[in-house]
Amino acid sequence: MEKSVNYGGHHDDLNLEATELRLGLPGIIRSDIIGYEKQSSSASTVVVVRNNKRASPEGIMTQESSSKSHSYVSDARNGDPDSHHQPPAKAQVVGWPPIRSFRRNSFQQKKTDQGDGAGMYVKVSMDGAPYLRKVDLKVYKSYPELLTALENMFKFTIGEYSEREGYNRSEYAPTYEDKDGDWMLVGDVPWDMFIFSCKRLRIMKGSEARGLGCL
Amino acid sequence: MNYFPDEVLEHVFDFLTSHRDRNAVSLVCSLWYRVERFSRQRVFIGNCYAISPEKLITRFPGLKSLTLKGKPHFADFNLVPYDWGGYVQPWIEALAKSRIGLEELRLKRMVVSDDSLELLSRSFANFKTLVLVSCEGFTTDGLAAIAANCRFLRELDLQENEIDDHSGHWLSCFPDSCTSLTSLNFACLKGEINLASLERLVARSPNLRSLRLNRAVPLETLQKILMRAPLLVDLGTGSYVHDPDSETYNKLKTTILKCKSIRNLSGFLEVAPRCLPAIFPICLNLTSLNLSYAAGIHGSELIKLIRHCAKLQRLWILDCIGDKGLEVVASTCNELQELRVFPSDPFGVGHDAVTENGLVAISIGCPKLHSLLYFCQQMTNAALITVARNCPNFIRFRLCILDPTRPDPVTMKPLDDGFGAIVQSCKLLRRLSLSGLLTDQVFLYIGMYAEQLEMLSVAFAGDSDKGMLYVLNGCKKLRKLEIRDCPFGNMALLSDVGKYETMRSLWMSSCEVTLWGCKTLAKVMPRLNVEIINEHDQMEICAEDGQRVEKMYLYRTLVGPRKDAPEFVWNL
Repeated sequence: MEKSVNYGGHHDDLNLEATELRLGLPGIIRSDIIGYEKQSSSASTVVVVRNNKRASPEGIMTQESSSKSHSYVSDARNGDPDSHHQPPAKAQVVGWPPIRSFRRNSFQQKKTDQGDGAGMYVKVSMDGAPYLRKVDLKVYKSYPELLTALENMFKFTIGEYSEREGYNRSEYAPTYEDKDGDWMLVGDVPWDMFIFSCKRLRIMKGSEARGLGCL
Repeated sequence: MNYFPDEVLEHVFDFLTSHRDRNAVSLVCSLWYRVERFSRQRVFIGNCYAISPEKLITRFPGLKSLTLKGKPHFADFNLVPYDWGGYVQPWIEALAKSRIGLEELRLKRMVVSDDSLELLSRSFANFKTLVLVSCEGFTTDGLAAIAANCRFLRELDLQENEIDDHSGHWLSCFPDSCTSLTSLNFACLKGEINLASLERLVARSPNLRSLRLNRAVPLETLQKILMRAPLLVDLGTGSYVHDPDSETYNKLKTTILKCKSIRNLSGFLEVAPRCLPAIFPICLNLTSLNLSYAAGIHGSELIKLIRHCAKLQRLWILDCIGDKGLEVVASTCNELQELRVFPSDPFGVGHDAVTENGLVAISIGCPKLHSLLYFCQQMTNAALITVARNCPNFIRFRLCILDPTRPDPVTMKPLDDGFGAIVQSCKLLRRLSLSGLLTDQVFLYIGMYAEQLEMLSVAFAGDSDKGMLYVLNGCKKLRKLEIRDCPFGNMALLSDVGKYETMRSLWMSSCEVTLWGCKTLAKVMPRLNVEIINEHDQMEICAEDGQRVEKMYLYRTLVGPRKDAPEFVWNL
């Protein structure tokens, strides 16, 4: 049977001993003051979770009164002494974590830029073309699909990929800039890894393209 | 002291720079009050609704520098609806009509319109300094007016404002005759900038010491600007992306070597990590580094950079630095006084984040640490106790555990003892933010030990009214208390109504306070504005006294209920 937890809130007088702090771990403090038992994390624990559900004026807890802006923390006080802390659902609490909205908005922006969520648009430039295009990498399932789309977009042909020689048989080499800022040949890494590390595409032409294939 | 002429008193008061000292002095006697008010040039108003512009002008005719704060702090986190208030327009209008020769205006969390900026720019011939922090409501057109009309402008500092970007031409509005700029910060602007105008502006501003660019300014321009302004002390880069093998990058490397005065570095809003080595040579001189918007720099790159920064006193960083990275900070930056670790993935699962281990490492390596803002995945009592022992000098301690009611993961206990150790050890603590699983006990500790505490932020904590009572009874110097999602109700609210006149403000949202409690308080305390924010229509239909109040904000004031409150704000 676990000892009941004493938080001092049950005392009406100022229990000075209860508040005496020595800068040491709770286990060292006299156990009659704070009735904790050291518990391993695998044992079931009593955690007094504050009741975050709103009570009606009569003091009865009602389900319907929990409003949207309340937390998702489950109420462990009533009825379930063995409940332990649940990690929260991904549904977020308004205004939590407390980050200034300007900063928060700039994170959302960055996430969009990096292509999380809807679409993963990256710029595509082609040497000699007057303007750039954008493609959504998430639309394609594999390299051949992407390359075909690029061929159609810029009206060129790219030939086949070989690990040894890259796209050596064509005038063009599709390259991409990865998260480290390096320019890589499209096709070397698995597709899934590619779409997450690709920041932009560049279709190289001519000698520069061939040079890459010779490495 | 009666036999000193006023000029002598005034001369003595000149040495008093802090607002509190001057406020105290003015209370001594009517003679001192009079001398003080005529000689006062700088006024700080922490709540723009506590006083009216007319009263301000009457009392301080010599006013030159005004600081105003508007919305409550929790407005930063979207808890206050748009249109709540905090308008600067009435202030500027009143000042413009008066004979006040305003030179400096600093605003935080206020609504600023283009009209306000235009009026400001035309009304004060000697206007020198405009600082806007977390403000909104204006566009680059307003900035254009400031640029065009303030002939002696020295500082234009825009920090984290939501600004509608109409075009980059505002920079071109600085006339050629404007050569007085010392500080220009437009990092928060989202739109394009006329780069040529920017370069010309820098070229004709020999006194420029602080420059923070926005994302639209590329590395090439940065290099050209640094050539013109090698005496910069504070630099915020814009986009820091280039091919490290390029000539531009090499030019930048050489140029930076000349910038030996740079002490504050920030920006890197877009960054190619392979270009970072260019700044290594100046890292040794840095005392302040803000990489909290540099999401493009990953942990290992951050660490490489930090190793060069031995003299850092202030560091703002993202949690992708990890605990290991914080260990490097701890071993490198022994002079560190202020640390802020922001979450790089606030809504995600957070594998990259920091834990209690990082904080403990910092506390060992950085004994001068006095200000902390730390977003982390978890915290333990043991760690907090260790930190309290190692760093007894905390003035500001703000801990945010991303899961707000998470207990100590090792013991599964609340974090009462950990925070208790902090308040007991840090006798100079003025600001505290709590998180994690917390019971009434932590408030008992705070009330007992946090004697210098001025600002307390609480969320999802406590068990009963006792928690709030401990704080209200114990913290004699409390000025701002903000509470959300705690089970504190009318009993706590009404136990010591006089206390609120000693404080600037109290915010309570999603607590147990009812309409009756708020009405009662408002009736008893006429010099408090007790405002209820209703965002749902239900309140109107059945505004029963027993109904719980979603958001309450109360503050002391000398001017009664405000007249600009929107429909959804009720002043009781």
